[in-house]
Parts: sequence; C-alpha cells; structure tokens
Amino acid sequence: MTEFKGRAIVPGNGTYEAVVTKNGFNTLASMQMMNLQAKTKCNDQSNPDLYKQILEKKALCLPLTIGSTTGGMFLFAAVKEGKAPSCMLFSQTIDSLAAAGAVLADVWAEDDMPVYDQLGDDFLNTVKNGDKITLKPDGTVIIG
Amino acid sequence: METKMVLTPEQQAILDGSKGETMAKVMKTMVNYGEIFGATKMVPVTSEYGHLVLSFGLMFLGPVFDLYQKLIDDNCLSGQKFTCDPRPYDPAVPQSLIAKGAAKVIYSKQGKYEKEMKKLGLLNDDSFTCTCYMPELGNIPKKGDVLSWAESSAVVYANSVLGARCNRNSGILELFGSVCGFVPYFGFLTDEGRKATWVVKLETTKMPDAQILGSAIGMKVMEDVPYVYGLDKYLGNELDDAAKTYLKDFGAATASNGAVGLYHIDGLTPEAVEFGDKLIAAGAKEYIITDEELQRVKDNYPCIWKDPNATPEMCFLGCPHMSLQQLKDWTEKLEAGLKEYGNEKVSIPTVFTTSVPVLKAFKKCPEYKRLMKTGVIISSICPLMYMDNPLCSGKPVITSSNKLRTYTTARYYSNDEILTMLTKGVK
Repeated sequence: MTEFKGRAIVPGNGTYEAVVTKNGFNTLASMQMMNLQAKTKCNDQSNPDLYKQILEKKALCLPLTIGSTTGGMFLFAAVKEGKAPSCMLFSQTIDSLAAAGAVLADVWAEDDMPVYDQLGDDFLNTVKNGDKITLKPDGTVIIG
Repeated sequence: METKMVLTPEQQAILDGSKGETMAKVMKTMVNYGEIFGATKMVPVTSEYGHLVLSFGLMFLGPVFDLYQKLIDDNCLSGQKFTCDPRPYDPAVPQSLIAKGAAKVIYSKQGKYEKEMKKLGLLNDDSFTCTCYMPELGNIPKKGDVLSWAESSAVVYANSVLGARCNRNSGILELFGSVCGFVPYFGFLTDEGRKATWVVKLETTKMPDAQILGSAIGMKVMEDVPYVYGLDKYLGNELDDAAKTYLKDFGAATASNGAVGLYHIDGLTPEAVEFGDKLIAAGAKEYIITDEELQRVKDNYPCIWKDPNATPEMCFLGCPHMSLQQLKDWTEKLEAGLKEYGNEKVSIPTVFTTSVPVLKAFKKCPEYKRLMKTGVIISSICPLMYMDNPLCSGKPVITSSNKLRTYTTARYYSNDEILTMLTKGVK
C-alpha cells in the first residue's frame, strides 16, 4: 500500500477503482457523449490514456482538466445524473473549471463527488488503471 | 456562515440570506470556489455585459436548466445583460432528415433554455456567438474591466487582446458572478496572476499558421501564461483587424488544445506593450518553436474518421465565428482559386460560421453576393454542436479550426490546404 496526502476540496470516504490519465483531462471532449452511452466513456480522441475507457463510478486520477469552459457545468450535470466518476484525484492544484464542477456539485447536488488535489507527480507516476484507491476525509489517498 | 476571505458587509449579508436562500447559495458557491484558490476578497464585476458559454439545450444538461429555473423562480437574475455562445442547429446547414430528427432529440431542451436566457438577462435575439467581442456585437470590455465570462476562446481574447481581467470561469459560475455582481479575486484578476511562466521564442522561417501555433503552445504550457517573442515580426505592432483575427484563432487553439486563459505577445498585446519583459516571472520555462516543431505537432493529430482515406463530404470554417474581414478575405481567395482551377462552385458543402450581426454587416458588402456564387453557406450555428450529433459525427468533415478538431471527429487541414480542396477538388 502506498499513501499520498493531498488537499480534500470535497472530502470523501470510500474505495474505488482507478482510471488514470497523465494528460490533461479535456472534460467536454471526454464527456460530451455521455448522455448517449450506457456508461460514461471517454470520448477524447486526443487522450490515448483514456480514449474509450469507462469513467463512470471510477476514481479518475489526473493532472488537471483542460479545454472548454463548459467543463464545470458538465461535471455538475454528470454528478446530478449519476454519470460522473466516483471521485477526481488531481496530482496538481485543481484548475478553475474542475473546481467549479466540484463546488457546484457540493453546494447544489444531493450527491457529492469527492475531489482531492495537490497529490503530487509521484501519485500519478504510481497509480495504475485498475488499482484499488481508498480515500480518507483528511486528504489521504491510499493505493492498494 | 464564516469565511476565510474578507467579505464586505453587503456580501456577508447576502451570504447570510438577506436576499433569500437561493442567492445565499449563489454567493456560497462563489466564496467556496474562490477560497480553493486562496482568494482574499470578492470584487465587483465592472464590465457592461456578461458572456455565457451555455448556448444549447442539450438533453443531458437538464440539471443545469433546472438550476437556472430555480434562479428565475427566486428572482436571482443577472445584474447585467449578457451574450451567449452560438446555437446548436440551423436548418440552412446540410443534414440528413434522420440527423435533423436526432438533433431535435439531442437538443430537446433548446426552447426551455432560450426562454430561461431571456428571463435571466439575454442581450437580444442576435446575441448568440462565441465572438461577442466583435464590433458588430458590441460586447467589448475595456482594459482593466473585471469580467464574469465563460467560453474559453472569448476569455483568452478578452484577457490577452483587450486587457480585461477574467478567470477561466466555468459555465454556471459565470452566470452566478453576473447574478451576485461579484467574483473572487484570484488568478487573472491579480497582477501576479497575469505574469508569464513560459517564454515562447518563435524561430520559424515564415508566419506560422495561427491554429497550429496556438495548438503547440497550448499543449506545451497547458494552463500557464506564455509570453511570445517573435510574432510581432509577422503581425506588426498594431492591433489591426488582421492581427486581431489571427489572435482570435491563435487564442482559441491555445485554450482548447491546452487551458490557456491569457497570453502576451511581445510588442503587440496591451500589457506586453506597457510592461514588456517585466511580465515574465522569475524561473519562467522556455519553449522554442521552429518550422519542424510545428510540423511535428500537426503530424501528431489523430484522424478518427472511420475510413481515414475517405473523401471529405463537408467543410466547416469559423470556429470561433469568423470576423467580417475573414469573410471578405475568404471570398477573394475562393474566387481566385476557383478561377485558377476552372471551377464555379466549391467542391463539397462548405459552411462558414459567423454571428448574425456580422452576417448582417457582410450582406451590405459587395463580397456577399460573390461568396454566395461560390456555393458557400453562411450560418450562425456552433459547428461543434452540429458535430456532436452522432449522425453527423460519422461524416468525414474537414476544418481549419483546431478547436473543432479537438472536440469532434473533424479533420484538421491548414487554410491553404482547405482552399485547394475546396477550389480544385477533394479527390
């Protein structure tokens, strides 16, 4: 087991399966087709780490999100519709679009999506697709 | 509610419910959002108009429309009029009957959305465009204005070319800023946040394609601020129509291929002219751009057409929406190309996208009738939303927009390549 400590923007407590991208996560490009998919899959042709992988109910491990400013809105809607990742774990400081999605879901949705950031480059170098990820509310993330 | 940031008595009262529970939640959202980034205070939005990224009644975004209805029901309306991104469909744009039917389902909430926008503060019925900062639209912030905008290409333009101050706000958050009248003070609103952490040196032998240069820089610097040397050699030192048009397309590529919200062009953009290399932060990283580097970036774009060798069936130009000058320039180029190759019409259905007010201005120009003769269709649609329709996304579409390439199955070609394909033929 390997432990990392980050900042809990929206604290959580649970265990999830990891899906990992070392590239910026383009929220619009990745999730715009989710309403037409049985389970949300990444639709971003420019992200070979995630393209066509299932995102829904997974622990999405990423450096940050990029692209369209619809990003936070899509994340909020995904949480409300039960189509979002279970949690989002950022190696870097969270970007403004993902932060908006996290706060909107926290304030306006009944179901939270735990969001941790500042987990460091080592976190992203360590975590692999399919790893078991456990979150603690104090910002601790345990792999394995 | 206690906060880490210092609020004015007015802001604290709103947070505590003086204007109702919904407005308190709007303020709480803005405060929580700002505190993530260490904002110390909330500052007033000073621009005359806002700009919203949401322009489409996508059925999946039901929770967003429900939230907007809640704002209307509780009289939490925008304190400023606003423009919005382009609409998702236009009957003038070629589409099969089945695809048209699918579009009606996918964007089934369009009517609800547009009614909500009018109640919340839409400027007028012609306000749907991603290039609200065109003179024909009039949503042009002043240097130093604090904005609560979204739309990545508009935000990066407002920050970089106009010298306004706006963070890369998400959809919903930008409306919240216009509703409560305040935005958290961090990032691009601060002098420190506008400093460049990348120095980009242009060492190409010719003027780079704006779309490829923006893409290369966006992918490299991600959300950081680049200070670009060497581009003024090609664009000059005045923000004339040609420079603004180049920077519009360049910025859109930096923002969609990366997450750039502000760039400085040495000797050209307002803050670079005013402060020069004082805008470069200590320890800034360096990125040198050569012809070979731009070719490498272009060669690495994936082609996700079902058949990579398919003959293109449609072309979209104008993402972000074209300026008046771009429409005129393309008219000249198409006419010359068609004449050279002995053709009268463009080889495949071709859609130029622009805002309604720019189109109205273009219709008064002699070039309008000449462009119509080439067979080009002009629309105010959002091509990205058109391509989101699965019954359209399977079509081999070409574009010179790196933003459209990033978000859809459209295949990128340079403007010169597309000109040849449209005038000579696509086979």
